[in-house]
Amino acid sequence: MKYIPNTSRDKEKIYKKLGVSSFDELLEDIPKELISDKRIDIPGPLSEIEIERKLESLSAQNAPEKKILSFAGAGAYDHYVPAHIETIISRSEFLTAYTPYQPEISQGTLQTIYEYQSLICELTGLDVSNASMYDGASALAEAALMASRIKKRNKILIAGTVNPSYVKVVKTYLQGLEIEVLTIPQKNGILDIDVFKELIDENVNACVFQYPDFFGSIQDIDEYCEIASSKGALKIFSVDPIALGILESPAAFGADIITGEGQPMGIPLSFGGPYLGFFACRREYVRQMPGRVVGATTDKEGRHGFVLTLQTREQHIRREKATSNICSNQALTALAACVYLVSLGKEGIREVALQCLSKSHYAAKSLCSINSEIELINDKPFFKEFALSLPVSARDVIERMSISGIIPGVALSSFFDKSYENMLLVAVTEKRSREEISSLVSGLDKTIKQLY
Amino acid sequence: MSEKNSSKLIFEYSREGKKGYSLPQLDVPEVDIEKVVPERLLRKKPAQLPEVSEPEIIRHFINLSRKNYSVDTGFYPLGSCTMKYNPKINEKMSSLKGFKELHPFALEENCQGALQIMYELSDMLSKISGMDAVTLQPSAGAQGELCGTMIIRAYFKDKGEKRDEIIIPDSAHGTNPASAALAGMKVRTVKSSEKGELDIDELEKAITPATAALMITNPNTLGFFESGIQKISSMLHKNGSLLYMDGANLNAMLGFLKPGDMGFDIVHFNLHKSFSTPHGCGGPGAGPVGVKKELSDFLPVPRIVRKGNHFHFDWEQKKSIGRLHSFYGNFLVMVRAYVYLLSVGEKGLREISENAILNANYLKESLKNYYELPYDRKCMHEFVLSGSKQKKKGVKTLDIAKRLMDYGFHPPTIYFPLIVNEALMIEPTETESIETLDEFIEAMIKIAEESETEPEIVKNAPHSLSISRLDEVKAAKQLDLNYYARKQ
Repeated sequence: MKYIPNTSRDKEKIYKKLGVSSFDELLEDIPKELISDKRIDIPGPLSEIEIERKLESLSAQNAPEKKILSFAGAGAYDHYVPAHIETIISRSEFLTAYTPYQPEISQGTLQTIYEYQSLICELTGLDVSNASMYDGASALAEAALMASRIKKRNKILIAGTVNPSYVKVVKTYLQGLEIEVLTIPQKNGILDIDVFKELIDENVNACVFQYPDFFGSIQDIDEYCEIASSKGALKIFSVDPIALGILESPAAFGADIITGEGQPMGIPLSFGGPYLGFFACRREYVRQMPGRVVGATTDKEGRHGFVLTLQTREQHIRREKATSNICSNQALTALAACVYLVSLGKEGIREVALQCLSKSHYAAKSLCSINSEIELINDKPFFKEFALSLPVSARDVIERMSISGIIPGVALSSFFDKSYENMLLVAVTEKRSREEISSLVSGLDKTIKQLY
Repeated sequence: MSEKNSSKLIFEYSREGKKGYSLPQLDVPEVDIEKVVPERLLRKKPAQLPEVSEPEIIRHFINLSRKNYSVDTGFYPLGSCTMKYNPKINEKMSSLKGFKELHPFALEENCQGALQIMYELSDMLSKISGMDAVTLQPSAGAQGELCGTMIIRAYFKDKGEKRDEIIIPDSAHGTNPASAALAGMKVRTVKSSEKGELDIDELEKAITPATAALMITNPNTLGFFESGIQKISSMLHKNGSLLYMDGANLNAMLGFLKPGDMGFDIVHFNLHKSFSTPHGCGGPGAGPVGVKKELSDFLPVPRIVRKGNHFHFDWEQKKSIGRLHSFYGNFLVMVRAYVYLLSVGEKGLREISENAILNANYLKESLKNYYELPYDRKCMHEFVLSGSKQKKKGVKTLDIAKRLMDYGFHPPTIYFPLIVNEALMIEPTETESIETLDEFIEAMIKIAEESETEPEIVKNAPHSLSISRLDEVKAAKQLDLNYYARKQ
């Protein structure tokens, strides 16, 4: 095999050194009956030419190669990815490096993580950021766990407008611990604030919100923050990082922990992963923060450098008492986000956010003007995504339109009950052109007429 | 080629008006933001992100990359981390447009290629491990462990049994106890025997009616195969408990040993270790989990199922522990592992383990006269030395690790497993040539000699890098985690 340099002569040399005559002699500790000479029925070995042929044919069966125009969002967004991000993250010294436990030969990784942490702090308006987490959902789950470590109470309140997949992950993470997860109900994307007021009490560790929420709406976060604070609960937000280009961060309203999905920041759709969970909190909670953290320091000669720090919180030191079981971060996707934020800069992050806002509003207006039975499900302000109520089943619309090459959005009935059957969640990023939006509008118009 | 040693941060290149991006002219009417968003929700002060041009960005980050050690530039004998070569065809295939630009909510008929890869990769991992079902959802080995312990918990809950203890050997990875605790289980630690294996007498004492499972690494972190594994398995199963295998060391057994045959009920895989996907400076990895049939109902949803020639998502698993990921896991990592398995095939699997084991034993035999070898026996794909001989001269294992950098090598895993004093845990992997191993041996011998003759040179290493030893205490005491806070 071409990945193994040892030749048969090398192996002979090794056998000689070890004083054995065959490989089997090295396996004397292994019970014979466990050593299998049965075939493992897997394909291969294939040559590179054969692999390329096979993988190209598999790739061709997927939407991007079928040139399907997509307005799907619901947690994964088709944003612009500057070409030079790929150049940087595919650089071997980043791609094939290990966790930076030996700082003297990992300054490249460590400095980029420090820069990443700084950028996340600036964007979210919070004091400290960790080196990243698996994805938006697990980052939110870890935030709920962290709040529970800080408050030591027994409940978490989670808004019904949070991405339902995230809610499931939070529940999965908390199922073994004695913490009850209660949902603040919503209808058509509007949270029931009265029920929220009833649910919140002195046993709540934290209230969890999404901003803009799963339906794309921007709700009255200041009011929710005040109510949560009145009972001493922490405020956790899962945010869209691009929206923070124009929207005030929940930090300004008192958020204690801000997490989110970093995929919009220069990371391709990738069928859902690898993505990036970002995580920032107030400085007073830094020692309860999960995951890895990089800090600046100096060497013996006083030169500036970076190391992994606060490691006494981590699993390799504290074992079952660690702040989390995580022993990796998403270093490479965090690097992509770092390069993305640096590339866009102060002007770019605002410009990309404004384009999303303008294009989604243009699309919403155009779609609603098809006929009077198409309307937004609520009148809350929205950023780049919005939910429409249609006169017919959203699933049927999606299936029909996809045949002609357009995915008009995601059906909300996939996430909620039957009353959402006619609701379609549409995402419009800066990448969608006016022409593409026109195709969406005319496609939907035609499809609805057909389905009537 | 001279290396620019500037430690400038990207923020220091920022000048108003520089741009590192380009966007098309807005082709729809611009929305008056104040009309659609209440004023109090608008950002008052723009995020002060740096303003830098594309060439400066490239030069900054490429220069930073040159301050990193990596598998493509050198040898990483890191025990339990399996830093093997990452084949380039894996990268090329994972960047195909149909994978990279695929939205996770594409309709099933528009993601058949992706689903087929996931289905077939799960199938290959099942066959390699002797398990009945595999989920690809966990994003890392540690998340795989969490998934596994949650499955254990859910299994007993479903059976109506109250079992809340997990037994873990003292040689285990720190993630094992941390994951078990996160799943709400109590951890009981069991000592290792003088032979460097799990002490079966101690295990017997630890097993109680509350024992849900034993969580072990096989071969263990000392590099030895647990020769009593069948006995261990029957002891646990007789008690109604389950057996979990941390698959960190799977590289030692590919193709000829199966965890399923040893009695394991659950195993996690580290695609970034045994299956050659890049570590990426610490992530993303992927940590699939395989289980025996009676546990398959508890796997996370969605599962990928096949009906005829069609692949689809199955969300209907009532006993499932739920979800661990926003979507389906780290798909592009899965593509790389899939390509790797296709390129090695069954025959290749055996060659991998055989050469990993040969290389490890070769290093061990070559170094045992210079460093203390606490357990002198044949090893699997890794082994543990102790720097205790050198410590007597005032040279710590940490010093040896730093000195190795001067000789051009990444240090081994150090101070782990915790049960070996001044531990150096070495794993060469199958992708290193005997010439590289000889160079490494030579460097290790020189350091052993230096520790005798001129210990100061080792104690003050590294000497050849742009930076010397960093003050970690200062980093923790005077926390500086954010450039913007530093500026204030």
